[in-house]
Amino acid sequence: MKNKAIAGLTALGSLLLAQSAFADQPFDWQKGLQPAATSIMEEIRWFEQYTLWFIVPVTLLVLVLLAVVIVRFRESANPVPSRTSHNTAIEVIWTLGPVIALLFLAIPSFQLLTRQLAPTEEPELTIKATGYQWYWGYEYQEGEDPVSFDSLLLQDADRAAAGKEDRAVYPRLLAVDNEVVVPVGKHVRLLVTAGDVIHAFAMPSFGVKIDAVPGRMNETWFKADREGLFYGQCSELCGKDHAYMPIAIRVVSQDAFDTWLAAAATNVDEANKALMASVDGAEKSVAVAQTAAQ
Amino acid sequence: MAGTTAAHGDHQEHKPLSFFQRWFLSTNHKDIGTLYLIFAIIAGLIGGTLSVVMRMELQEPGIQIFHGLAHMVYGFEGDAAIDGGKQMFNVFTTAHALIMIFFMVMPALIGGFANWMIPLMIGAPDMAFPRMNNISFWLIVPAFVLVLISMFVEGPAGAYGAGGGWTLYPPFSTSGQPGPAMDFAILGIHIAGASSILGAINFITTIFNMRAPGMTMHKMPLFAWSVLITAFLLLLSLPVLAGGITMLLTDRNFGTAFFAPEGGGDPILYQHLFWFFGHPEVYILILPGFGIVSHIISTFARKPIFGYLGMAYAMVAIGAVGFIVWAHHMYTVGLSLNTQRYFVFATMVIAVPTGIKVFSWIATMWGGSIRFATPMLWAMGFVLLFTIGGVTGVQLANAGLDRAMHDTYYVVAHFHYVLSLGAVFAIFAAWYYWFPKMTGYMYSEFVGKLHFWVMFIGVNLVFFPQHFLGLAGMPRRYIDYPDAFAGWNLVSSYGSYVSAFGVLIFLYGVFDAFAKKRVAGDNPWGEGANTLEWQLSSPPPFHQWEQLPKIK
Repeated sequence: MKNKAIAGLTALGSLLLAQSAFADQPFDWQKGLQPAATSIMEEIRWFEQYTLWFIVPVTLLVLVLLAVVIVRFRESANPVPSRTSHNTAIEVIWTLGPVIALLFLAIPSFQLLTRQLAPTEEPELTIKATGYQWYWGYEYQEGEDPVSFDSLLLQDADRAAAGKEDRAVYPRLLAVDNEVVVPVGKHVRLLVTAGDVIHAFAMPSFGVKIDAVPGRMNETWFKADREGLFYGQCSELCGKDHAYMPIAIRVVSQDAFDTWLAAAATNVDEANKALMASVDGAEKSVAVAQTAAQ
Repeated sequence: MAGTTAAHGDHQEHKPLSFFQRWFLSTNHKDIGTLYLIFAIIAGLIGGTLSVVMRMELQEPGIQIFHGLAHMVYGFEGDAAIDGGKQMFNVFTTAHALIMIFFMVMPALIGGFANWMIPLMIGAPDMAFPRMNNISFWLIVPAFVLVLISMFVEGPAGAYGAGGGWTLYPPFSTSGQPGPAMDFAILGIHIAGASSILGAINFITTIFNMRAPGMTMHKMPLFAWSVLITAFLLLLSLPVLAGGITMLLTDRNFGTAFFAPEGGGDPILYQHLFWFFGHPEVYILILPGFGIVSHIISTFARKPIFGYLGMAYAMVAIGAVGFIVWAHHMYTVGLSLNTQRYFVFATMVIAVPTGIKVFSWIATMWGGSIRFATPMLWAMGFVLLFTIGGVTGVQLANAGLDRAMHDTYYVVAHFHYVLSLGAVFAIFAAWYYWFPKMTGYMYSEFVGKLHFWVMFIGVNLVFFPQHFLGLAGMPRRYIDYPDAFAGWNLVSSYGSYVSAFGVLIFLYGVFDAFAKKRVAGDNPWGEGANTLEWQLSSPPPFHQWEQLPKIK
């Protein structure tokens, strides 16, 4: 019951945040997984809640049994100990019980794993991410002119020039100079490697985490189901600035993406500025429309 | 040979003559055990201090103290101090883990308590190879010194210390940190590993060959079972680690390319080798604790251990399965679907014998007549906290879910619940349980209980909020984090200070016990304590069981 209440509160909290103009990123005193932006993450969130229905009762059972033992079998309450040291029936129960519980865990677990590693759709866009000490390089393997750029932590000094002064949308240690831009609702294949030491590409709200290993080309995928700005961080210790090489993905409409990709082929900075202007403009017009409706 | 007669006359006592002979040339398992325990306490204080400094750094977003530390220790100025501080933080995480694993928990449980108690419990006069026992200890000291030195010599270009995490993944541990710091750390681990292998051989030989007449394997105390299994895990896994880190050394220094992709090597090969050792290693850390907790619960419940054979073979099963689950530490490296499926399945299997143990401990208490002396509090705390760490392990076993949790604070919370709150609670439980036997003095119940409660609250404050941080996505080994993570980090840091205060209470308790000299008696725990060590005097004679006890 309590578990459900907590889950409900967490869900409510994340709902409120998802509805605000904030980008997808962790929030203060967060207790659960980040809100999902892909069906895989939706499933991960569901499975995490599902596992809690097993592990919380087991822990509470142990706690309650310990409490009972403390009350009923303390020296003052039970001065003469029993000599019982065997009970085959109960030993069979507590061996088979966990086996059955694990089967119930394993079935959705294997389904989730299969969905993650064996996507059923063909990719519609392929992006290569390369981890370096200490930034990410991205390559779009599309069209005549492949787009490629580096993505570094946004420095405070550059915030004004980049038009990223709003720290709620572009938070410290998460915001970057050049975001990865992808179209919404499209199956994106992500190839991940590294140029020096091992890094890891992680995007919590997509349910994506894959190591960037020099000499290897790892593959994963995602399909964002809503637009927004999503943040992740390097997740394999890679040296002194391990905490300073975030990952930012901007999910936009197919039209906006096409415009951006064409522009980025010649000038990534200008393409990003134009994209930000159109995204901000769209958000503002939505806000205006909402105010007018009220 | 004029001295022959005198020497022969001394034979009953056989006490070495000088301080130097007794403590530096020791062949006595009890003295070597004492040395190991003192060593573990010192290493634990150093490793614990590192962790408190890290929690001070992580108390608030931004860099609070490490640039100052880098200035103080390495003499960096200005911006160089910031960079030096960032590397220093990684050095602290690395050293904290290496010290706590190789120089605190293992020396305390295996070198300390097992060395002290296994011969007493199985009715043996000493370990099978007393001189090898001595060299085991005297290898661990230079190993520790090498790891400490590594913190002060060059690691990455222009910075100090080995900062690759205790796993030492290449290429960051090879081309990423060319300085000698990493070589020092690797040699330190090598020597600690050699020490442990010698210790393991000693325990296996002792337990197989030197049990008292009538003590069959199935009558052997569970602590002896746990140490026997631990010794086999050490013997089989450490050579693999030694191979892996030797390849690191040759990659670093002699131009080989085992793990260098530009030379045809593979960084992932190292991870397989490391975790083939690394996963059994975590059971090496916890199995002796399983044995200890079983004895303490049985003693203070005044009941025999429930399901003795189940308990023993559950440990055998955990040890065996522990060798075939290693890649669950590697779900994100790009393993194939079928490989991940297998490791999910194998990992989940471990939950079954672990569950048997937890329920058997509770069943041992059920129907008992329990005295809540200090060791019992630690043992019961162990059962609860180990369960919490165990169930989060069941979650992490699922590769699909681990995708979200891998390398986040969720993992940090999980393994500290099983190790910091599991293995360390078992160490403290053993300390209070056997302290009267080892020293002859009784500790203060009040101080012991205060120590328990302060630690219990402290460590839970440290590690429970880290589950939330991990779910929210905070990666491990970060010196600085987005501001949204500030709240739970603050709670976690306060918890660390409470725990540190708990350690001070522990030290005071030790001082108090030696100062007050309350005589403990041969068996302060009463009829529940029925293993052989309680039939001896406290402290036991320099050599015990000169007439072997007969087990009926």
